[in-house]
Amino acid sequence: MGDVFVLAEHRQGVLRDVTLEMLTKASGLAEKLGGETVAVLIGSGVDSFAEKLTGYSDKVLFVDNPLFSDYNSEKYQKVLVELIKQYNPGLVMIGHTTQGVDLAPALAVEMNLPFVTDVIDLEFVEGKLQPVRQYYQGKVNANFVFKGEPPYLITFREATVEVTGPSRQGKVEKVESPLKEDIGYRKFIEYVEAEVGDVDITQSEILVAVGRGIKEEKNMALIEDLAKAIKADICGSRAATDAGWLPHDRQVGTSGKTVKPKLYIAIGISGAFQHLAGMKGAKTIVAINKDPDAPIFSVADFAIIDDLFKVLPKLTEKLKELRG
Amino acid sequence: MKTFVCIKRVPDTSEAEVKVDATGKDVDSSRFSFDINDADNYAVEEAVLIKEAKGGTVQVICMGPQDADVMIRMALAKGGDSAIRIDDPRINAVDPLKVAKVLAAVIKSQEFDLVLTGCMASDDGSMAVGVALAEELGVPHAAMVKKLEVEDGKVKAYRELEGGIAEVVEITLPAVITIQTGINEPRYAPIRGIREAQKKELKVLKIDDLGLAEDEVNAASSLVELQKLYIPEVVSRAEVIEGAPEEKAEIMATKLVKGGLL
Repeated sequence: MGDVFVLAEHRQGVLRDVTLEMLTKASGLAEKLGGETVAVLIGSGVDSFAEKLTGYSDKVLFVDNPLFSDYNSEKYQKVLVELIKQYNPGLVMIGHTTQGVDLAPALAVEMNLPFVTDVIDLEFVEGKLQPVRQYYQGKVNANFVFKGEPPYLITFREATVEVTGPSRQGKVEKVESPLKEDIGYRKFIEYVEAEVGDVDITQSEILVAVGRGIKEEKNMALIEDLAKAIKADICGSRAATDAGWLPHDRQVGTSGKTVKPKLYIAIGISGAFQHLAGMKGAKTIVAINKDPDAPIFSVADFAIIDDLFKVLPKLTEKLKELRG
Repeated sequence: MKTFVCIKRVPDTSEAEVKVDATGKDVDSSRFSFDINDADNYAVEEAVLIKEAKGGTVQVICMGPQDADVMIRMALAKGGDSAIRIDDPRINAVDPLKVAKVLAAVIKSQEFDLVLTGCMASDDGSMAVGVALAEELGVPHAAMVKKLEVEDGKVKAYRELEGGIAEVVEITLPAVITIQTGINEPRYAPIRGIREAQKKELKVLKIDDLGLAEDEVNAASSLVELQKLYIPEVVSRAEVIEGAPEEKAEIMATKLVKGGLL
């Protein structure tokens, strides 16, 4: 079927993890597809990334031009269209990231490509590639089939693959930029760093995390009582910070902080993959949720499947008693 | 400013049991409760805020069944001027690129400055419709925007990136912006607005009304096909604490303290 293209994602001088994750996944696929693993690197001043990617791919297509000093969907799209036309890969993988979702759907429309987003796995069934994705926040899986001719396009979820390697000696092939000058309906202006709050939850040893299940701001008192009893800092899911129950710098997940405490008590958090990515590195995870199917239980060490409003007061009371 | 905002009716499955139905290609939604998609609710608020600050109109577009009218009327009550609902079983709604094509057909025939969508639907999580819609319309876009400043003929969009960093981009109008949750504080619909919303125009259209042929948007025309749905095996290594709620609390507290986890 052909080569597997993987778009290298980088920002502010950092090669993003999803790149090597996709290349690891692609290495297993390329063989079955009868092609090579090809990293596509678009940027400026990123020669070191090209070098690094050779350890994980058969070939690095490197478009090195000052036009690409920062990510811009318009420019990336133009380059990818030309590269895909020229090299005709079997499969194109782009990260299901803030960059990938800003780019891939437009590319799919422009080139009329078979397209599936947020893919968590790629299975071979009767010799055919089936992308697997999820619905209802991970409660249902779906297998898709591609119809029509390759190239197929997917966005691939972060943190679903353990990176292996470096174990290859790929070659860097420099490609002249198909784009010669700026095109300008969209201009990059700047990056604005995240706000810094009073507590840095990435350094916390014990975290009490609150989610949508707490329902109302007034119920935060239950969380505060528990946190106080065990000297924990409070953090939360996106739902909790969106609702204004917590400041934004307390959000755990891909768009917030990645935390690694000794103990993480998740209360009323269902566990969207974006949240899990930010906390699954915690040493011990306690989850309290009344929904037995909540994905948070897939990463928990202790599961309390019950109404948090019935469990919490007693939990706090007993902890106070035991700790004197 | 002439703004379109696209909304979707979605089930709330955060605490519901989800079962695959007999077809193996859909879920049993008979016991779900439905509401406007979370991110779309923020998009409606953003559209109304822009109208209040700059003048203009807000038109609500929704692809969905008649039950979606409740959510559409609510958006109108908050400040939307009129609405279009596309209700046509021939559309392959499982393919975000087909949904984008249909929405584009609605908007294309009219003048517009801005199209707002939620950045993600909570049911399918595709995160594809808004950006695909921009390409169908031939206009620029920015995805996952958590702050939007409207200027003369352009917008400054703050895209939310991993780690809470924002990427600021300037985009020439007309454009499509996909809105991230938390960008504003969605209002409750005022009582007077709810009354007035009943009188506002809500047109229900079929693909024929949009100049689309069935073989442009149906399942046969899609380049991907849903093969099967299934409940994933949840691999949990968790120790499940049993008992009445109070007992569970006591057992857990004891484990935390005596087990040296605190």
